[in-house]
Amino acid sequence: MSVTDIHLQEDLAHDDHHDEHHEQGFVSKYIFTTDHKMIAKQFLITGIFWAIIGGGLSIIFRLQLGFPEMSLEWLRPMLGQWITPEGKLDAEFYLALVTMHGTIMVFFVLTAGLSGTFSNFLIPLQIGARDMASGFMNMLSYWFFFASSVVMFISLFLETGPAGGGWTVYPPLSALPQAIKGSAAGMTMWLVSMALFIASSLLGGINYITTIINLRTHGMSFSRLPLTIWAFFVTAILGLLSFPVLLSAALLLIFDRSFGTSFYLSEIFIAGEALPNVGGSPILYQHLFWFLGHPEVYIVILPALGITSEIIATNARKPIFGYKAMIGSILGIGFLSFVVWAHHMFVTGMNPFLGSVFTILTLIIAVPSAIKAFNYITTLWKGNIVFTPAMLFSIGLVSFFISGGLTGIFLGNSVLDINLHDTYFVVAHFHLVMGSASFFGMLAGVYHWFPKMFGRMMDDKLGKVHFWLSFIGIYLVFFPLHYIGIAGFPRRYYSFTSFETFSIYGDLNALVSIAAILTFAAQFIFLFNFFYSIFRGKLAPANPWKSNTMEWTTPRFPGHGNWVGAIPKIFRWPYDYSKPGAKDDFIPQTVPYSHTPESNLEHEEELTKEEDLTGVEKVN
Amino acid sequence: MLNLIIVIAVVLIIAVIFTAYRVTTLVDVVKKKKSDSHVPPGNNFQGVLMILFLVGGIAAFFYFSMKEYDTYNLPIASEHAVITENLFWITMAITVFVFIVTQIFLFGFSYKYRHKENYQAHYYPHNNKLEMIWTIIPAIVLAWLIISGLKQWSVITGPAPDNAEVIEVMGYQYAWAFRYPGKDGELGSSDFRKIDAVNSMGIDLEDQRGHDDFMPTQLVLPKGKPVLLKIRGRDVIHSVYNPHFRMQMNAVPGMPTQFWFTPSVSTAEMREITDNPEFNYELVCNKICGKSHYGMKGLITVLEQDEYDSWYKETQENTFLKQNPGYLSEVPEELKEAAKIAAGIENIENEQKVTSAASSSK
Ligand code: HEM
Ligand SMILES: [Cu+2]
Ligand SMILES: [Cu+2]
Repeated sequence: MSVTDIHLQEDLAHDDHHDEHHEQGFVSKYIFTTDHKMIAKQFLITGIFWAIIGGGLSIIFRLQLGFPEMSLEWLRPMLGQWITPEGKLDAEFYLALVTMHGTIMVFFVLTAGLSGTFSNFLIPLQIGARDMASGFMNMLSYWFFFASSVVMFISLFLETGPAGGGWTVYPPLSALPQAIKGSAAGMTMWLVSMALFIASSLLGGINYITTIINLRTHGMSFSRLPLTIWAFFVTAILGLLSFPVLLSAALLLIFDRSFGTSFYLSEIFIAGEALPNVGGSPILYQHLFWFLGHPEVYIVILPALGITSEIIATNARKPIFGYKAMIGSILGIGFLSFVVWAHHMFVTGMNPFLGSVFTILTLIIAVPSAIKAFNYITTLWKGNIVFTPAMLFSIGLVSFFISGGLTGIFLGNSVLDINLHDTYFVVAHFHLVMGSASFFGMLAGVYHWFPKMFGRMMDDKLGKVHFWLSFIGIYLVFFPLHYIGIAGFPRRYYSFTSFETFSIYGDLNALVSIAAILTFAAQFIFLFNFFYSIFRGKLAPANPWKSNTMEWTTPRFPGHGNWVGAIPKIFRWPYDYSKPGAKDDFIPQTVPYSHTPESNLEHEEELTKEEDLTGVEKVN
Repeated sequence: MLNLIIVIAVVLIIAVIFTAYRVTTLVDVVKKKKSDSHVPPGNNFQGVLMILFLVGGIAAFFYFSMKEYDTYNLPIASEHAVITENLFWITMAITVFVFIVTQIFLFGFSYKYRHKENYQAHYYPHNNKLEMIWTIIPAIVLAWLIISGLKQWSVITGPAPDNAEVIEVMGYQYAWAFRYPGKDGELGSSDFRKIDAVNSMGIDLEDQRGHDDFMPTQLVLPKGKPVLLKIRGRDVIHSVYNPHFRMQMNAVPGMPTQFWFTPSVSTAEMREITDNPEFNYELVCNKICGKSHYGMKGLITVLEQDEYDSWYKETQENTFLKQNPGYLSEVPEELKEAAKIAAGIENIENEQKVTSAASSSK
């Protein structure tokens, strides 16, 4: 047990009025806080900030793609020299926009914003802990993220622009400032920012893992953990194992850029001169990058799937179908995600035999993913579904996860990837399965746990309008990209018109861009709802969704330490919804079997004898 | 115009949805269906929207996919592509089937099992048999897809046939360079330190085999004969890509790569197939490589074998050395004579030699 935790326990022992006890100053309450709930909110707000920036960037380059004729003169006040004298977006800046968009979305929004928010918020609340194992490390984790954000944000305003080699920043392009402007100071800042980011992820991850292993309340065995926690747990392990590899890839790149080494560089002639570097391999970088990069896509999607599992079970008023299979597939996906990385590299000239191995492993990972989708659908079957906004977003997530996941079967098959690699088919694939799905997971989580975060309710109607506009909009944005991709249109292209083969997709691109703008606009409904409800929302009831998990046993505005008095004990799994014989259609985890003889199954009846009921009140 | 219509359509749809929403909410309120307080009003309407979305989405998907089939499905122009295309569409059939079925279940169940008063959900935590079924069936289907794919993969990435035409392709910011082996049928070696503004591919003239190499400005390929592309990148990574050939391989500095395939449709034939007299195969750069990545285009022409042969015969006269005789100075002394012959410079040089010989004999 960590120092803070002991400290907290002592606090409790000394002080009965626990929630009044923390009359902290503004700084220690809102800024350098060690309370996991406040840190979660810090991650959330920062994530929202980045989502607006990242989404805004994509709108700028969608304008270029959808309306190549349009004058972007009106953006000059904001973009300055990046608008050419003819009123067009600068081609090099286009690449910088794409790169920043990808980096921001993947790392800052869907890794820090998603895991940072919900792992921090839910782990202690759902396992019954007063706080994270180390509140101090947790605070550091946020502030490293903040520093990383500041560096990345400043890089947007550099004269040579931010990094521009794509979010994967492959060398030599990213190593040589002669090759592209973004590889000058922008790339240096990208690397510094990512190093800070990795430090933040590791600090967070170690904390999540330790907390889940060590601080579960009485009775909260691993086989009773909500699937959210299972997902956060495996996600944290993935991050812990893979981010250091990205750090080493970045370090070697820093050496190549600044200290004349040749890890990734060999036999290069650029800008009129032959460089001295020989013996390096650009492919080495790709192996290192994707050793993180592939687990990263699961780091992004697993928490969203965990959140969805919880929300779907709650709102279908049914146990999640195949709880054990769900855990099994999270573990399977987690393990397999480390052995599929080279499916991003089928056409790099890597040994074709390796290509075969990675094809096999990649298609194997489709199986646990399929299981998850089938299990969600079966959970809906014969349910009694309440369409809260969170539930709608969860159903949307499942739809995206299927649509985007299926195209992975094409891309994972090396022989088909020859023609699809790096085309818009890939853009469509990962935006649906990773981007939109986890984005929806994040929104679902916000709608669902908002009452716990802020003690108030978000507006239900606005939430639904937000859902439908986003859902239809996202399909309109990303579905058409499949067609352009099948026709071979390459990604990271500033314009569709320089090749005759691709110049015929003008209408489709215009449609996509319009849909993108509307989808982006719809997010402001959410922003309004979010910020308005923080201050003016209806006060939340104790358990607004009639959910089983134990975060709903805390007070409306939980203080530092979460529960007033002792932490409740746990007696059952989290999914006893609509159990035959039960009085209500839900039985919280804190209710002992001894109190529910009417609904106990046979083996549960056995368990009643072993239950330790000291300190448990009978609520009726 | 089209844009305007789309915008109007979207606005109208939103308006319709919004009005319908208001109406159902009001109906709910009037009916006072509020006994179950945690179920917000308009729950049924959400279920209806699910079905509308499902039907509308699937209809739009099939309509567009069929109508535009010829636009997005580029005609095939190489031999291996016939088989990969086949696998592509088999995979498509399977995935579309799964896609439609699962979406129908997802939205169908959402609608069918939307909240009803006094209905109790079915407590159904697991069913091992069912779970086994949907583990094993996808596993079998995927295994079959893997096997079909890998058989083809090993052929495509395997060694090129012995009779393959060997051509070198080099990507650099932001264009392509091509080199053919010339009369001796062998490419000379190259060295990035030898590159300069003229010798863009860094032909190493100390290697005799390079003396007759020639570098046309476009990639000309014979129809029906295997072609082996020897690929390299000069500055950053590029990617040699053409969607008609279903062909792609990265061009990596410091690590030569290769790709072989057999063009099966000549440019002339493709002009007829596409009904476009202007048609040309384009060599596309498909790996982000800098500012003008999007304009890094090469021209590919596929000729019938006999046309190709005569093109080759004609063009091989324009060897690199002949066009840039200054580089003779890089040729080692003992190879100079042979180099001139190989490069086809002997005629001019012979005359000079004759005159100089004559003058010295005087
Ligand atoms: C407003 C919604 C969004 C729109 C309109 C959008 C659109 C695009 C487009 C057009 C590209 C450029 C493709 C290319 O040229 O290669 C792109 C790239 C990318 N997007 Fe998005 N996107 C959106 C949201 C997201 C989200 C939520 C994610 C989170 C995963 C994401 C991740 C990426 C990544 C990783 C790239 C690749 C960047 C690169 O090529 O380096 N996007 N997006
Ligand atoms: Cu991957
Ligand atoms: Cu290129």
